[in-house]
Amino acid sequence: MNPQPSSFQVIPEAASTLARDVDALTVVWTLISLFFTVLIAGLIIVFMSRYRRRHPDEVGLPERAPIWLEIAWSVIPLGIMLAMFVWGTLIFYKSYRPPANAVEYYATGKQWMWKFQHPNGTREINHLHVPINQPIRLTLSSEDVIHSFYVPAFRVKQDAVPGRYTSLWFEARKTGVYHMFCTEYCGTEHSKMIGSVTVMEPREYEDWLASGGLGGGAAGQGTSLSGAALFENLGCETCHRTKGGGGLQRGPVLQGVFGSQVKLADGSTVTADDAYVRESILNPQAKLVAGYDPVMPTFQGQVSEEQLSQLISYVRSLGPAGAAPAGGTGGANAGPGDAAGGQVDANAPQTAGPAKQPTQQ
Amino acid sequence: MASSPLTDTHGHGAHHHPALAHQFDSLDQQKESSTLGMWLFLVTEIMFFGGLFLAYVLYRGRYPEAFLQGSNTLNVWLGGLNTAVLIGSSWTMVLAIWAAQVNWRKGIVIFLILTMALGSTFLVVKAFEYHHKWEEHHIPGKLGMFFNSPFQFAGDEPQHVEIFFSLYFIMTGLHATHMVIGIGVLLVLTILAWKGHYGPEYYNPLEMAGLYWHFVDIVWIFLFPLLYLLGAHVH
Amino acid sequence: MNTSAAHPSAPTTAETVSERKNYLNADYGILSWLLTRDHKRIAILYLISVSAFFALGSIFAALIRFELLTPEGDLMQADTYNRVFTMHGVIMVFFFLIPAIPAVLGNFLLPIMIGAKDLAMPKLNLASWYVYNLGGIFTLWALVHGGVDTGWTFYTPFSTTYSNTYVISTALGVFINGFSTIFTGLNFIVTVHRMRAPGLSWFRLPLFIWSMYATSLVIVLGTPVIAITLLLVAAERAFGLGIFDPRLGGDPILFQHMFWFYSHPAVYIMILPSMGVISELVAAFARKRIFGYRIVAFASVGIAVLGFLVWGHHMFVTGQSMYAATVFSVLSMLVAVPSAVKVFNWTATLYEGSISYQTPMLYALGFIGLFTIGGLTGVMVATLGFDIHVHDTYFIVAHFHYVMVGGTIMGYLGGLHYWWPKMFGRMYPGFLSRLSALLVFVGFNLTFFPQFLLGYMGMPRRYWSYPPEFQVLNVLSTAGATVLGVGFILPIFYFAWSLKFGKKAGDNPWGAVGLEWDTTSPPPTLNFYTQPVVTAPPYEYNREDVHNRTTQEAPVG
Repeated sequence: MNPQPSSFQVIPEAASTLARDVDALTVVWTLISLFFTVLIAGLIIVFMSRYRRRHPDEVGLPERAPIWLEIAWSVIPLGIMLAMFVWGTLIFYKSYRPPANAVEYYATGKQWMWKFQHPNGTREINHLHVPINQPIRLTLSSEDVIHSFYVPAFRVKQDAVPGRYTSLWFEARKTGVYHMFCTEYCGTEHSKMIGSVTVMEPREYEDWLASGGLGGGAAGQGTSLSGAALFENLGCETCHRTKGGGGLQRGPVLQGVFGSQVKLADGSTVTADDAYVRESILNPQAKLVAGYDPVMPTFQGQVSEEQLSQLISYVRSLGPAGAAPAGGTGGANAGPGDAAGGQVDANAPQTAGPAKQPTQQ
Repeated sequence: MASSPLTDTHGHGAHHHPALAHQFDSLDQQKESSTLGMWLFLVTEIMFFGGLFLAYVLYRGRYPEAFLQGSNTLNVWLGGLNTAVLIGSSWTMVLAIWAAQVNWRKGIVIFLILTMALGSTFLVVKAFEYHHKWEEHHIPGKLGMFFNSPFQFAGDEPQHVEIFFSLYFIMTGLHATHMVIGIGVLLVLTILAWKGHYGPEYYNPLEMAGLYWHFVDIVWIFLFPLLYLLGAHVH
Repeated sequence: MNTSAAHPSAPTTAETVSERKNYLNADYGILSWLLTRDHKRIAILYLISVSAFFALGSIFAALIRFELLTPEGDLMQADTYNRVFTMHGVIMVFFFLIPAIPAVLGNFLLPIMIGAKDLAMPKLNLASWYVYNLGGIFTLWALVHGGVDTGWTFYTPFSTTYSNTYVISTALGVFINGFSTIFTGLNFIVTVHRMRAPGLSWFRLPLFIWSMYATSLVIVLGTPVIAITLLLVAAERAFGLGIFDPRLGGDPILFQHMFWFYSHPAVYIMILPSMGVISELVAAFARKRIFGYRIVAFASVGIAVLGFLVWGHHMFVTGQSMYAATVFSVLSMLVAVPSAVKVFNWTATLYEGSISYQTPMLYALGFIGLFTIGGLTGVMVATLGFDIHVHDTYFIVAHFHYVMVGGTIMGYLGGLHYWWPKMFGRMYPGFLSRLSALLVFVGFNLTFFPQFLLGYMGMPRRYWSYPPEFQVLNVLSTAGATVLGVGFILPIFYFAWSLKFGKKAGDNPWGAVGLEWDTTSPPPTLNFYTQPVVTAPPYEYNREDVHNRTTQEAPVG
């Protein structure tokens, strides 16, 4: 199902809560730009005719450069820009921090396709179905190079960077089928890494899920359920026993861990979020939980990005917070610009978000 | 118009030093120009190595344990010896310039040869260290495979230790390249000094080469603790 | 800027009889060019090399535009298209835009405008031209063997691990080329510091020199960083190191930080020289001192310094922390202040001027208009909420072409038309050159304005095929590109024609002031017959002695 080639329209369909904000910003910016362009062009044209050279030996009058004029045309544009900066930054902050009731979806970029996972485990490729009026947080990862997830109608974009999680959120406000592009050049078929987002009424969406979706994945076979199967197959259960399961407890109990503060062997604490769980699977010794021996083997190379998402989803489902987003990271984990940031930056304090950390007492 | 006719500079009048280039009015101006040029070149070198130091700082912050382990495999004594050798070579470099200032032409040649000898000693020691790394299978990536010594590391986080060794080889390798270029420059200057080009009134090239040489030393002064001494306080 | 009252370029009696010796006829033979240390001849060598690369880059641009005529990829394969836009970017950025104005106009004029006999390091200057061509050969080698498909940005891990093309050779080509840029920048700084004519204090320097100086600072501080970055990419690719490879614990985002730490300031390496040219043109054709001379001079240096603090705005959607993005956003806007001040000052210079509309001035006015649009859209994309939507779309493509083509190339062509009679002693045809300026302006707008709209509609950059609703604007853009192409081709012919058949220009065809107009056209090998002495600030059109020498204006047109 591809978006219908709409009639020619410069401002694309505004189909999310964010779109109207961005469009308003654009319109005001365009008017400001237009004003200055017309001002400069107008002055040039006026001066050109008014001060046309009339005699080959003619020279201009001596310069009069009043300092107030220089100050005025430095300070006024600066003031306008700072006002626009504040407005634009507030919109950005809004797009960066998902609301507390956002529902978790996962997307994995791969040369040259997008793979999606719904909260219940339904999977799709290059097409994403979402319910209307529901905030959705999409966690992005990549299996190879950097991709970028872009839905023009929602005015959202976020890179999918291999080796770390990033995320974006949106709340669709108009049903329909919209373009989805990859905007970070990723190789031969970059321009074919496109798809669509279908926004549906909640009831339709439920029906769609119930029918198993178009992209496969049996109904009810949720991400967390397939994650549970994976958890068993990989033998995680052997060490990470449930409480009271008896036997030797070599690894921490995972029930109720997700979203809580975990005390580490070196005395520090981290928030058990997507990135931390991911790091603990791939590089278990990096941030060892206090009281346990470094006996867990790495699963690097044994689980794919998709399976990682399933495992994390399962661990999340064991947590107290359930499907609520952990922390307030709308954009992503800290980048390397924040120097000490980890590869999957589990120990950086989550950039403050409005959603409260669900803390374990 | 208070100016001299430019035609004079065409003919290189007798009052001009033979080393004075046509675009300059005086040896002083020429010297000031080359000194400024050299310092600017050193600024570009700082930015060049700066990129590597940035990568080092980032990964050391991220993988402190791995960097500690990697650092512990390096031979602090050989590194320390090389530090001493380089500081010594900076001293002989300064003496070569001093010899020019006091018009001791033989001295210039002697001290330049000493500087080159110390520089070469550094490179030989470095070569032994590289060879040792090869024996220990610490050469990262395809380079290790190419030399028939694929990377192996027994401790934790071998991948991250490999990043340490990548940076180790790139940083010390580029530093060594600078040493080789420096020795080449000194070789040319030695021949010119032998022919009597330099004396108290003109020793500018020696000074410029000296600036470069000291800079390369200083880079090593930073590399040595960053690469070799990470684990020293642990023992 | 004036020399003292006596006509400074008075040839000796012997020289008036025969043809005057100048840098062009001082020596003959190919070796006298290839081994020259004369900054003017090196500038001509650069003019030839740079023009060749510009032609090559333009051919790739044409291929891109023709491919995008239709939504389907029908002219070439996706792989070919990726190589074409990569080579377009690499050649245009590293082999044309960065060296164009400094290495051609700067090389020729900087020593003359400060009253020096040559650059401080003539041999280094010649070496820089050879190094430039060596870098070019590496890149062309990659090209003839099948090219490279990473985009000019060489993003990891695509470039280090996934691409199957000649990344190493291209990266080394750019690395080597970097040295030629550094040599030029270093030479300029030393020359401006140490070789100024007697009486030529810093605030008597023409603004072109100020902008060259600011550019050189950026070159010296920035270029080494791209050198080490591309060296790391080449090493990682050749030796399988893990510095940028996430699978080995490396960080691909580190590459972007290092790359943009250079490549954003590189934008100012491209635009600052052009701003300097425009200051000269506006002053000369309005016959008026530049409005707020000191502020324009400081603005150049301010842009150079601030330019180093804003690289993170290329990474707003990489998952940068919210606060880092905020800081980079506000700093990026601050750069716009000195840029805006320059535009206002140029415009205000026209007020009460004596404006003539000869070809160079048309380019200058075109520059002001296009740069205004390029700059304003630049501030727009620095706004976080707006950038997220248009990042990596055609809006960005349009924005930087407005700055790079509308800014740098307009300035370069304007400068070339302005100083051409000084360089070769002959005039080009006025009508044709005005026509070409007009074609460039119209063609340019037709090519790139639709791309702003495409970008806002959501068309991502580097797409070989695209959804059909984007076609109308793409067709417009391609149509504009053909007009632009004609505008670029015309000067090749009339410039070549002028070399032999052009009317003799005289020493000061525009009636401009400045040391370069005080010497002969073309200048002698050592630039002046007598050492110039500067007694006044630049652009002094109102002094009595100036009026006496503004009668040589060539009737162009």
